[in-house]
Amino acid sequence: MDRRHFLSLAAIGGGAVFASGLAGCTTMGSNGGGGKYSAQDFYFVQLSDVHWGYQGPDNPDAAVTLGKAVATVNALEVQPDFIVFTGDLTHTTDDPAERRRRLAEFKRIIGDLKVKDHRFMPGEHDASLDRGAAFKEFFGDTHYTFDRQGVHFIVLDNVSDPGAKLGDEQLAWLQADLEKRDKAAPIVVLTHRPLFDLVPKWDWATRDGAKAIDLLMPFQHVTVFYGHIHQEHHQMTGHIAHHSAKSLIFPLPAPGSQERRTPLPWDPAQPYKGLGFREVEADAKAASYKVTEFPVVRT
Amino acid sequence: MSAVSRRQILLQLGGAIAVVGASAMLARNTAAEEAEGRVVEVDVRRFKFTPSQITVKRGEVVTLAFRSIDFVHGFNLPDMGVRADLMPGRVTKVRLQPTQAGNFAFLCDNFCGDGHETMGGNLIVEG
Ligand SMILES: [Fe+2]
Repeated sequence: MDRRHFLSLAAIGGGAVFASGLAGCTTMGSNGGGGKYSAQDFYFVQLSDVHWGYQGPDNPDAAVTLGKAVATVNALEVQPDFIVFTGDLTHTTDDPAERRRRLAEFKRIIGDLKVKDHRFMPGEHDASLDRGAAFKEFFGDTHYTFDRQGVHFIVLDNVSDPGAKLGDEQLAWLQADLEKRDKAAPIVVLTHRPLFDLVPKWDWATRDGAKAIDLLMPFQHVTVFYGHIHQEHHQMTGHIAHHSAKSLIFPLPAPGSQERRTPLPWDPAQPYKGLGFREVEADAKAASYKVTEFPVVRT
Repeated sequence: MSAVSRRQILLQLGGAIAVVGASAMLARNTAAEEAEGRVVEVDVRRFKFTPSQITVKRGEVVTLAFRSIDFVHGFNLPDMGVRADLMPGRVTKVRLQPTQAGNFAFLCDNFCGDGHETMGGNLIVEG
C-alpha cells in the first residue's frame, strides 16, 4: 500500500487528527525544490516533552505514558524512516546523579522502538542547570545537522543557556552552515523552544531567536518543528512555518489564554487527553510536509 | 550599589528604561532618592518573587531593588520591554515609570529548576 494512502486510512481509522492544508505543509508546486535534489518521500516521527521522572497530579500515569507511546509508534503499519525527540526528554532535577538516572531510563525505554535511527535535542529541563553536560554524555552534541533525501535538517539548541539563548557562537555556526546551501534547498529546523516570540510572559520564546530567523529568511523553503509548549500550534514568521508538537506528559493552555501557563488538569475520564506524537511526511522535492497527529494510545 | 553593578545594569537593560546614571551617584543623597523614586525591595529566590504583586501609580517613578538569594534569576516584564539578570548576593535595581495603567505579568526568564514555570508576579499600575 502506498504510504500516503495508508496514512489517510490510518487517520480515519485510528482516531488521529488529520491535519492537511497547514501553512508550510501544503504542496508548493512540483518545481518548488527544483530538479537537482534527488528527492523522494520519507517520513519521520516527532516525540516531544516526555519529562521522564515527573511525578505529580498533572499526569498520574507518568511512569507508563512513554512506554505506551513507544508501543503505539511500534504498531504503526508503515514504520518511520527515523524519529526525532525535540527536547525535555527528562523532567529537571537539582541532583546530577538523578538527572543521569532519568536520562538513562529514558534511553532504555526508547530503546524498545523498532526504528533505531533517532535524533535527539535537549529541552531546558534536560540541559539548563548544567549547560547540557549530562545530556551530551548520553546523546552527544546539542546542535548539529543531518541530511535526508535532499532535505537539510538543522538542530538548534536554545536551552543549554539557562537564559534561552542560542548564543553568538551557535548563530555563527548556523550562518556558516547556511552559506553552503542553495537558497531553494529544503531546510527543516528542529529545536525545543519557539524561535519567535510566541508568549514572552510565559517564557515561550528564544531570547535571540529573531537572529536565527533572520539568517533563515533568505531561504525559500524553511520549516521549523519544535516542542516546549505541550500542544500543537502552527504559526508563520514571513514564509517560515513553525509547528509545535504535543507532549507526552501534560498539556499546557493555549498560548496566552490565561494568566499563567499552569498545566491543564488530568482528566481521569479521558486519560492522555491532549498528549500524543506526530508523523511528518516529507515530500522533499516540493519541500512540503504533511503532519498527522496521533494519540498516545490508539483505540 | 557599586559602580560595577550599576554599569552592568545599564548594559543589561539597554535603552528600554532609564537607569540612574553613574554621575547621579556623586550627587547628594536626596537627589539620588528623587531619581530612584519610591524603592520597592524584592526578595528573589527559587521559586518566587516576594512581593509578587507590586502596585504602583501611573506616572510614578519606582525602583525595584531585587535581592537574589540563590541563583542568577531573571526579571522580565515583556509588556514594558524590560529585563535584567539578578545576580545572587547583589542588589539589582530596575527603575520604572509606567505610562499605562493595567496589570502586567513579569517572570523569571532564566531556567532555575523544578518550579521555574511558576516563578512570576504582576506589576499593577493604577490609573
Ligand atoms: Fe521546555
